[in-house]
Amino acid sequence: MRWTWRNLDSIGAALGEHVLLVGAALLLAAAVALPLGVLAARRPVLRAAAMGGSAVLYSVPTLALFALLVPLLGLGFRAALLALASYAMPVLLRAVVTGLEGVAPAVRDAADGMGLTPRQKLWQVELPLALPSMLAGLRVAVATLVSAATVAAYIGGGGLGVLILTGLDQGHTEKILVGATLVCALALAADTALRRMQRA
Amino acid sequence: MIELRGITKAWPGGAGVQALDLSVPEGECCALIGPSGCGKTTTLRLVNRLVEPDAGSIRITGQDALAQDPVQLRRGIGYVIQEGGLFPHRRVGANVAVVPALLGWDAARTRARVEEVLALVGLDPAQYRDRWPHQLSGGERQRVGVARALAADPPVLLLDEPFGAVDPLRRAQLQQEVLALLKRLRKTVLLVTHDVQEAVLLGDSLALMRAGRLVQHAAPAEMLARPADGFVADFLGADRALTRLGLFRISDVPREAASVPGEALPEATTLRDALSAMLERGVTALPVAEGGSLTLEAVLASR
Amino acid sequence: MIGWLRDHPDVFLEALGQHLALSAAGLLAGVALALPAALLLARRPVLAGWVSGGAGVLRTLPSLAVLAALLPLLGVGFTPSVVALALLALPPVLLHALVGLQGAEPAAVEAARGMGFTPLQSLLRVELPLALPQVFAGLRTAAVQVVSGAALATFIGGGGLGDLVTQGMALLDTAQLLAGGSAIALLALGTEAGFGWLQRRWERA
Ligand SMILES: Nc1ncnc2c1ncn2[C@@H]1O[C@H](COP(=O)(O)OP(=O)(O)O)[C@@H](O)[C@H]1O
Ligand SMILES: [Mg+2]
Repeated sequence: MRWTWRNLDSIGAALGEHVLLVGAALLLAAAVALPLGVLAARRPVLRAAAMGGSAVLYSVPTLALFALLVPLLGLGFRAALLALASYAMPVLLRAVVTGLEGVAPAVRDAADGMGLTPRQKLWQVELPLALPSMLAGLRVAVATLVSAATVAAYIGGGGLGVLILTGLDQGHTEKILVGATLVCALALAADTALRRMQRA
Repeated sequence: MIELRGITKAWPGGAGVQALDLSVPEGECCALIGPSGCGKTTTLRLVNRLVEPDAGSIRITGQDALAQDPVQLRRGIGYVIQEGGLFPHRRVGANVAVVPALLGWDAARTRARVEEVLALVGLDPAQYRDRWPHQLSGGERQRVGVARALAADPPVLLLDEPFGAVDPLRRAQLQQEVLALLKRLRKTVLLVTHDVQEAVLLGDSLALMRAGRLVQHAAPAEMLARPADGFVADFLGADRALTRLGLFRISDVPREAASVPGEALPEATTLRDALSAMLERGVTALPVAEGGSLTLEAVLASR
Repeated sequence: MIGWLRDHPDVFLEALGQHLALSAAGLLAGVALALPAALLLARRPVLAGWVSGGAGVLRTLPSLAVLAALLPLLGVGFTPSVVALALLALPPVLLHALVGLQGAEPAAVEAARGMGFTPLQSLLRVELPLALPQVFAGLRTAAVQVVSGAALATFIGGGGLGDLVTQGMALLDTAQLLAGGSAIALLALGTEAGFGWLQRRWERA
């Protein structure tokens, strides 16, 4: 535990970086997934392309995705951020599309019939009703991101993965365990928080 | 008043609505009937332009509906569908307040109106306003649907099988109540139903469609007495003569002054029920509570 | 990338072979643990609830953390990698199998009892066959997870296609990096598609 006590601040910084990486990637992914999902939900061709592409992208293992993106994006925080966002985007996109498609036709019909504009219908009826599905997607996306962000240390993304990877390199057991424990705790804490939100 | 002239809508798969002329005078209820898939719902949705016609004209309370902005048009037309189409994420009060909110009413006016229309449809505002749609029975949901359609006091209402999902025991009472309410409020109503009894009960006129065309439009008694063709007769059912007797009451036909023995029927009894009583008792005349008697000849003469 | 593959077929094939061996061993070990556990737990709903909760937690843990956390216990190399992969395969198979077993048509189970099946006979001959589609869905998820996770085995000296990525990065050899990345991606997509195909064949049969 000596190493831990001496390096509390750098451990804290790694944790902060990890959270930042996950949060920023999530925002970026949501900024793409939400409008794209809304568009795809009412256009069958775009929908098929988006859902198919999402399924493929989501099945690509983290390390493979990073390896394929490094020649394009280079190394560092920004590259890791983009790679992570492109990893979370498909999850959120699917959640938005399935959520919007789950809105009962009678409810849409009533909204149109009462004179809501398409925009009012989207914001007042469809998105609120898609919320449970979107929250479920968010939960999967966060779990995916916390995990993938660990590997992102390998392409210079920083975060808790740095402790694990340098620990593995140096044969520094304490460092490995601190990194692994913290990242597991982060994953569980985020998952628990989002599960609570889903119930509320 | 609703006036459709030469309305045509072709669907890619065929059918749709062809050259339909139909008018519903102000304050009246027209029941649109016909077999499933004949174009009833399409016709209804043409009126509030959820479906755009290929040809024809639509006038609502004298104004050209096709010249208006469809969204504005719909805010002035009440719309009730099967299962109510209530917004599941909003409480009853907020559901009823949808159109007033769209029209920009202030909170106090909206609140007062929500209470008023909930009371109109027979729901205690204090008890129902804060419930969620999933906490209501089928009949209650339908009442809320009607209240929501009435909220901004539109002169015209469109109802698509509004009682279809209500259990049969409650349906009759709900039908009567809603009909009486809409009559009292002098609303012009277009009602889609596949149930002949419901149409006869609620409609001032019946409009019967077949494969996208209007086959006959007449008062219920007229259509039941003189179906335009075999198709209409079949659709109205072999018991149409009995159905028609249900439209008249003892007070509507001449009575004999002399009384006859037996248990008396009130003069508000329908001729259908009176005929049933004669058959049951094996008699050709019945005493009427308000005086005199009803004879089988008088019942038959009402045809 | 194609050039690299042409020049180093032996390196590539060795890495691919290791990857397949790691994945197969990890998946088999995971299934060998998960299926009997699911059968044992099927009639013990309270315990099953606890175990499901644990499996849910295990599923949430990042793969690299699981892999790394085993190092102090088991050291480096092939075996600890297989253990870690088995831990990744366990939750999906166990959770799906439990859902399948507990969701078996009550009427069918009732009928089996009525015909004189012992509880064990009913479990193996009625409930398990009825749960097979679920078990298969769990197997598919687990297989994809294991193939993905095996790419990370390189970090604890377990070998596999991940080696091509780490070596490519270390040597700044883009061709090798891309060869490794593509091979892992294609293997994962192929696993997903292959198990999906098997699943559909199965359901139709
Ligand atoms: N949006 C649509 N697109 C294509 N065809 C439709 C559409 N709506 C209705 N139809 C077709 O038009 C016909 C009449 O439908 P509808 O008006 O719903 O009948 P009804 O309400 O009398 O049962 C049916 O054959 C139906 O399949
Ligand atoms: Mg219809």
